[in-house]
This record gives sequence, C-alpha cells and structure tokens, in this order.
Amino acid sequence: MFYREAGDFKTRYVDDSQTFPIRFDRWRYYAVLAVAFGVVPFLINDYWANAVFVPFLIYAIAAIGLNILTGYCGQVSLGTGGFMAVGAYACYKLMTAFPEVSILIHVLLAGGITALVGVLFGLPSLRIKGFYLAVATLAAQFFLVWLFNKVPWFYNYSASGQINAPERTIFGQAVTGAATTPAAKYLFCLVILFSLAWLARNLTRGTIGRKWMAIRDMDIAAEIIGVNPLTTKLSAFAVSSFYIGVAGALFFAVYLGAAEVGEAFGIQKSFLVLFMVIIGGLGSIFGSFAGAAFLVLMPVLLKNLLVGTLGWPTDLAAHIELMIVGGLIVLFLIVEPHGLAQLWRVAKEKLRLWPFPH
Amino acid sequence: MPDEILYAAEAGLNGLMAGVLYALVALGFVLIFKASGIFNYAQGVLALFAALTLVGFQNGQVPFAHLINAIFGTQIHEFGWHLPAVVAILLTGAVMVLLAILIERLILKHLVNQAPIILFMATIGLAYFLEGFGDIMWGADIKKLDVGLPQGISDTVESVTDSLFGYGFFIDRLDIVATVVAALLVLSLTLFSQFTKYGRALRAVADDHQAALSVGISLRFIWVMVWSIAGIVALVAGVMWGAKSGVQFSLSLIALKALPVLMLGGFTSIPGAIVGGLIIGMGEKLFEFFVGPMIGGATENWFAYVLALLFLVFRPQGLFGERIIERV
Amino acid sequence: MKKRLTALAALALTCATPALADLNIPNLSYRTGPFAAGGIPYADGFNDYFTLLNERDGGIGGEKVVVTECETAYNTEKGVECYEATKGNGALVYNPLSTGITYQLIPKVSVDKIPLYTPGYGRTSAANGKIFEWVFNYPANYWDGASDIVNYLLTENGGDLKGKKIALVYHNSAYGKEPIPTLTALKEKHGFELIEIPVDSPGQEQKSQWLQIRRDKPDYVLMWGWGVMNAVAIQEAANINYPMENFIGVWWSGSENDVLPAGDAANGYKSLAMHGSGSDYPVYADLQKYVVEAGKASGAGDQVGTVLYSRGMYAAMVISEAIRKTQEMTGHAAITAVELRDGFEALEITEARMAELGLPNFGQPFAASCADHGGPGQAMIQQWDAAAKKWNLITPFIAPDDEVIQPLVDADSAAFAAENNIAERCN
Repeated sequence: MFYREAGDFKTRYVDDSQTFPIRFDRWRYYAVLAVAFGVVPFLINDYWANAVFVPFLIYAIAAIGLNILTGYCGQVSLGTGGFMAVGAYACYKLMTAFPEVSILIHVLLAGGITALVGVLFGLPSLRIKGFYLAVATLAAQFFLVWLFNKVPWFYNYSASGQINAPERTIFGQAVTGAATTPAAKYLFCLVILFSLAWLARNLTRGTIGRKWMAIRDMDIAAEIIGVNPLTTKLSAFAVSSFYIGVAGALFFAVYLGAAEVGEAFGIQKSFLVLFMVIIGGLGSIFGSFAGAAFLVLMPVLLKNLLVGTLGWPTDLAAHIELMIVGGLIVLFLIVEPHGLAQLWRVAKEKLRLWPFPH
Repeated sequence: MPDEILYAAEAGLNGLMAGVLYALVALGFVLIFKASGIFNYAQGVLALFAALTLVGFQNGQVPFAHLINAIFGTQIHEFGWHLPAVVAILLTGAVMVLLAILIERLILKHLVNQAPIILFMATIGLAYFLEGFGDIMWGADIKKLDVGLPQGISDTVESVTDSLFGYGFFIDRLDIVATVVAALLVLSLTLFSQFTKYGRALRAVADDHQAALSVGISLRFIWVMVWSIAGIVALVAGVMWGAKSGVQFSLSLIALKALPVLMLGGFTSIPGAIVGGLIIGMGEKLFEFFVGPMIGGATENWFAYVLALLFLVFRPQGLFGERIIERV
Repeated sequence: MKKRLTALAALALTCATPALADLNIPNLSYRTGPFAAGGIPYADGFNDYFTLLNERDGGIGGEKVVVTECETAYNTEKGVECYEATKGNGALVYNPLSTGITYQLIPKVSVDKIPLYTPGYGRTSAANGKIFEWVFNYPANYWDGASDIVNYLLTENGGDLKGKKIALVYHNSAYGKEPIPTLTALKEKHGFELIEIPVDSPGQEQKSQWLQIRRDKPDYVLMWGWGVMNAVAIQEAANINYPMENFIGVWWSGSENDVLPAGDAANGYKSLAMHGSGSDYPVYADLQKYVVEAGKASGAGDQVGTVLYSRGMYAAMVISEAIRKTQEMTGHAAITAVELRDGFEALEITEARMAELGLPNFGQPFAASCADHGGPGQAMIQQWDAAAKKWNLITPFIAPDDEVIQPLVDADSAAFAAENNIAERCN
C-alpha cells in the first residue's frame, strides 16, 4: 500500500537513477540514518557498543569488501583474515611511528596498504578459478599471519608479539585506547561504514561495477565484449582489500585495543566473513549488513537468552548455540538459497502489491 | 654419505608418511565433490564426530549424559562396559551411515540443483551443527583413543637404515599402519567403483548427473552412499589422527591440512588426493628442514598452500583434475 | 551438573539482578573450543571453591559470593563481550585464563578500576606494580617459570650448564613466546645453547619439530604449550624415544589431560608446579561434604583433584583471601572493586594461613606490596607416574633468578608505560 512507485513521478534522469527510487524506501533509509546517527549515540553504553554495535559495524565493512570481490566479481576469497591483519598491523605501525597524524588518515592509509597487498595476492586469480582460487587465497591467509608473527619489526619488538593500540583522538575525543567513550567508538566506525557503504553502492552501480559483474557472470564472454579481465579482477581485489584493510585497522585499534595475529586474524575470521557474505546474499550491499548482523547478533542473542534468561549452564548453552546457528544457516538456505537479501527483496515485492495481491 | 643428505632423506620420508595422513582426509572431500559437486566443509568435523562416537562407544559413555543430568538432576555418566575396538568401529560405521541418511533427507534433498557455493554454505551450517552436537553428545573434554594401533619409532627401520647408512631413520609405526590402511582403502574404493553395480552407478553420476538420472539411477541413493563412504573415510582419518593427540576439538581442524592437497591433486581425482598428499607432505617437511631454521620455523602451514599455488599457476585444475572446458 | 535446570533458572534470576550486597565474581571460562579440555577443570575448581565458602561459611565475612560464569571459548572477541556483560553487575575481579584476553583487558580494567588477577599467565611484566596498578599475577609468572626450570637444571648438573643444549618447544603465540627473552638472558649468563622450536596453534602435527629434536639431540627440552599441543608433543617425544625425564613443561603443560593420551609412554615426563595437586589435602574432605555430595559441584564433578582443578581452586582461594583482607582493612563486608585492589596489594599468604584453609604445603607463601604484584615466583617440579596415573612432586620450591628477571620486567613495563603515558607509582 505504502510501498509502491505509483504516483511517484520522476521528471529528471537524476531522479530516475537514484539509489532508492521509491519514495517510501527513501524515507526508510533516511529514518535508519537518523536513528543511527541521532539516537543511538545518546543511548549506547559500554556493553552495547563493545558487544553489539562496534563489531557489527566493523564486520559490515569487511563483509562489503568481500562482497565486492566474491559477490560482484565472482572471485571467492578465503584470505580475509590475512588482509585484515595487514590493515591492523599497518595501522599499528603508522600509529606508533607518526603519533601526531590523525587516526582517520592512518586507518585510510592502512586500507591503501592492504589494497596493494591484495592486488599482489590477486594475481593468481588470472589463472585460477572457483574453489581452486578460494584455496589459493588461503596461501595469503597463512603466509601473512606467519609473517606478522615472525618478523618482530611489525610488532615493534615487544616481548610477546602482542600489539596494543595507544590512545589517539579526533577533535579532542579519544577514539582508540581504553578511555574511549562508547559513543565515540560507535560514531567513528559508523561514519567510516556509512561513507564506505555509500561508495560501494555507487561503485557497483557504475561502469566498474558492471565490469565486475560481467566477469562474474562469464569471464570469457566479458573479455569478448571488451572487458579487460586483468584490470577488472585486480581492481576488484584492490577495492575489496581496501575495505577489508580498513575493517582490520578498526577491528584492532577501536574494537579490540590489543591483538595477536594468529588469534584475532586467523583462518576462522576468513571463514566468518565469507559466511556473512553468503548468508546475507552475494552481490548485495544490504546483504552484507544483514549477514554481519546475523552472525554477530545471533550468538550474542542466543547466549543471553540461554544463559541469561533461561539460566542454562554456559557449556550446554554454547553447544546448543552452535547447533542453533548451524541449523538456522541450513534452514535459511533451504527456504531462500540466495541469502537474506533475497528474502528482503521478496518481502518488498510482496509489499508493493499488498494488500491487493491480484 | 654426509649427514645432511641423510637427515633430508629422513625428513622427506616422514613427509611422505604425513602426506598419507593428509590424503586420508582429502579422500573424503574428493568422494563427495566427485559425486555431487559439493565442497564439503564439514569433512573435518565429521572426522571429529566419528572419533568422538568411537571413543564414546568403546568406553560405554552415555550419550547426552551432560544434558540429561542437567535436565533431570540425575548422575549418569557411563553404562559401565568396555566394548572391543572392532565392535565399536562397526557401530560407529553404522552411526555414520545413519548420519549420511539424515543429511540427505534433511538437507541435500531440499537443495538439489543449487549453485555450488550454496551447497558449500549448507555444509558449513552442517559443520556448526555437528560441532555443537558432538560436544553435547559426548562432552568437550579430551579423550584417549585406544584401538590397539602401534605407536612409536619402528625399530626395524631404524636398525636396517643404521646398518646401511650409519644413521637410523625415524619412522613412526602409526604412520606405517596409516599407509597400509590408506592403501587398502584406496584399493577397495577402486575395486568398488570398478566392479560393483553401485560403483558403476557412482561413476555414472560423477560423469553426468542428468544422464545418470535418465538411465534410472537414483541420485538420492547415490548421495546417501557417497556420504556414508565419506563418513567412514572420516572415521579412519579420525582414528589415525586421534590416536596421536587424543580426541578433542582440534581434530576438526585437520581439514585445513587437506585443502592444499585437494588443490594440488584436483578436487575430482582419488589418485590426485594421494599424489597431492605425498607431494605436499614431502614438500613442507623438506622446506621446513632446509629453509625453516633460516627464517624462524613454523613454515609448514603456509608453505603447503604456496606450493599448491605454484602448481596451480601451471595447471589451474590441479594435477589430476578434470579439464575445465568453457564455452560462451 | 547436578542441579536441575529449574533450580539453575532460579539461580540465574538472582544472578541477573544480584543484590548489591553480594560479592560478585565473574568467571570468564571456556568449556568449548580448542582449549576446552584445559578450561573445564579450571572453571570447575574456581566455582567449587566459592560454593564451598558459601555452603560452609556462609560466604566471605558473611557476604555470599555469586560467581557468574561466562563462556569465552578462548576467543578474545567473546572475552570482550563477557567482560562488558559482567562488569556492570559490580564485578570485583577478573581471571580470564587466557593470555590473549588478559592483554585485551589490561587497559580496560585500568580505566574501569577493576582488579585483574592472572596467576601464572598473562602479561609477565604486570608483576611491576609501579606501572600496572590494577593487574596482579602472583605467585609466579612465565619468566619466573623459565628461570625456575633453568635453576633446577643447574642443580641437576652441579651448577654448570656450559655447553648444554636446551630446546624450547613453544606455542607460536604471545603466550609461547613469553619465556624467550628470559631464556636468552639466562643463556648468556650460564653459557648453554638455546634452540627455539615454534609449533603453530593448535599443534596437531609436530613431526618436523621432533625430527629436528632427534637430530640435534638437545640435553633438555622445555615446553610452553597449551591444549592439544601438549599431548601431541609428549606423544612425539615418546615416539622418538626422547628420555622423558629430560623433557620439562611449564605449569600449563603439566596436567592429566596432557599425559593421559600418551599412556605409559608419558611416564617420567616433568613439569613445573606452582602448587600441589591430588585430593590429599584436608580441604577436599569439606569439598566432598559440602559441594560434591550436596550435588552442587560445578561441571560433571569428575575433575576434583586434578592439576588444573587445583589451579582454579588456588586462584579462587587467593581471591577469597584478598576479599577477606579487604574486609579487614575497610571494616565492612560489602566491598567494592576499588577497595579490593588495595586488599590484593596488601595481601599476605603465609603457610600457617594455608594450613588453616586446609591446604598445608600446597602453595608458596607470599606477600604483595605496592611495587611487587608478582610474588616470589617459585615453583616445584612434578613428575608423571604413568602406572599410578598421578603427579609426584620431586623437588621443593625452587626460586627464580631475580637478578636476571627484574631488569627484564623493568624494561618491558617501562616500554609499556612510555607507550601509554603512565607515571610510576609507589615512589
């Protein structure tokens, strides 16, 4: 009833090609933004920031990054953890080497460095495809983790190889270090996520996004119609790695505050982000948000429900939590193989006709 | 002969043995990928689950004891019997077959004709589920696995090599057993697929799903069969690895050691898994031996992948994989 | 788990809204994941000791202790979640049993003003109370442990380790790398040769490492392992016929879980012990009576008396003594986390007190001070008897070489202080 284009006349091309052409959709989008920027920061406390919002925002950045590579360009990657580690260690080295430079610049530079590394490890994608490529990117994952663990320069020769984020401020407000207020953490991540998501959305709608999708749908056909596989695949690796590097830098500097490469950026992280992308929906920015939300919030929710409300022993609860998450993944795939984003799309289609479906 | 060469030979030989163990895990992946095009992420968890079940049966543990005790306030832990290893292995095999039937009924049936990545994701869901299920059924503590496999240095090999080269080689007896078992397993799988009705059906399905369907082969039955076989292969792998380290969660991570093997050998080839395992095992041990000390050691994890990557650059479908023919 | 779920639900409701008067102690445990085998007995021991205090003495100083357990799976992210979830309820002290989570929490507890107690793990240089105001790691830390082993080897070898080869097999992580600086310093001092052999987590496959040991024939092998790595290493050592009595693990590599999978082959393996184990201490009679038989034991109750159970109990005992001390100092029973920090700093545990608690000759006496948060750092050596399936203590407490360790502690904590702009206290 509300959700339809009837009566929503466009008189300019700009209007017609905007991101959210349906008015109701646009309002919903502004409302979400208003709540995220205007309401949440005033209500947020330590628990909600550290256990829910900040990890969700950071994983959403990583998921968008991986979605660009896997969902839009069709190159399955299991090197996400390794690339996040590059971002984290680059950020750490920059933070400690140039303490006077703004942390925002460090985070973006860390993304840039990760992009370079990503292009390097993306080179084999020109020869290798599908699951073979997925496994090949694991080489990056394991090698990078080993490198950061082994070369003391990366962790400033500290005794145990842990890196600690010192306090850095923006506009006088701490955004890293233990004294950071939850609202500052949240807003810092939110601003970065918002800008990057906006960028990703528009990149994927433009020429470069169409090239990625052409390569994804059939690379030989794409090559024949004049899409250069070399630059297209590598640009996808670069952009994706940039996002993942930023996510890694935030993950270390803002969220954890201290990190150890094998534990924080191990292979499990690569799988986790890939799961987010697939559950959320390949080739959808909204899907990246939905997948990140599902895999970050669901365990916390289940844990609070089982342990906090029902009072089960923690180990039983943890095991049952695994079973429920696993069961839900399978259930979702059976109901809707194309992820949460497709469920959302179907729901929107239904809404357009509602309440008169015929 | 100079010592260095002898040491290298020893490292290489041990690498070959380790490679056999990797290949055992990789075999399970290959079987399922070949028959249904599914990259089965849950293979490692299957191995853990099989080993847990085996130990549980052997020691007469009550399944779900923890859960039952928590709900009913009872205090049961064990039935109080000890099954002989053979009986326990047979029972566990039966459980794996049952599990295969359930997987087919509850998951695969509903996902026919989906994209490979969706099926891959479904096996991830399965892995999560089984991980929690195995723990809740048998408990998360470390368990000793004892099915009477020999362990420790093989004195025969040591004394023979000592008299030949003046340096006794170290070969673990467990590795020798694993090699024999792996050889038998591959032999029986080959015989099965070449000379039995079901084996032929399996190969037909692997070649072409639709053609197989059209001549009246039941895809669902084949899937149950192939998942059962993969479950039993997982049991063997779980036993071999579990004998070394005890049965606990980390056992499920052995799947990671199988991935470079798969990549190198090709996802669709049983001989590929074996050859790939041998190359990876030997390559990583020799690299660790020669280069490891220079760059700080613990290189095995990444070197296996880099080695496989190098092979792939020259043969993108793996050593024995089917050639990918693409048409526009 | 002997309580009915209904009873637990009732308990949880009280946990969720603890009366402010209760002493709230979170237990960040891990009963799942790759290190569950070590986390379960530790958490059980920790919980059971507080249950004992509640059941037998009606709590500490008349205040009931409420232990809120939270599952971390040895994962730093879940550790953060657990910390944030529990700190709001007036948590008094944290004990996460994970070096990674400890590093994470050190800056956080300093801001939130909650003590962090990490006996025998965590950040070693936190022993320097001048810099680390909120962290306590007595009675012993990793660097002490490394030095204890070397001192033990010195006495075994008549005070001379020149020309000996010592290999260190370590978990390739922050935890495993901890002893390297100490051993390097000791190497210079005593003239032995040190071979570093890393094992990647989880350590399921260690063939190369043990082939290297077989070739290099070190006189002694030290191990800094955790989880499955320990069991595999002991099995591989047995496989290459390495003499088990020359193979010595840190206290985290010396539990029943590590030696039992190898069976008889593990006989003679040694490890450090910062406290006794086994059920021969008088406290176990009470534990049996008030906790196990009353059906209030945590977990399955089958871990009572194991090494890691004893360690969890030891940590709980020290915490409860610190609470008692704080109650004495402040004069009121319902203490706060900030007050508890002072209690930790003023804590003195004497042998007489340990005997009173039913743990005679269990741990070392120690006294903390403003500058010293690390304790004397002594440890005993225990040896595994595979036939009897029990650990035997074969030495008295061995003292570490403070001359070597103190400068290392000072240097590392000074670096931390410089990075984070912390001024020295206690001057």
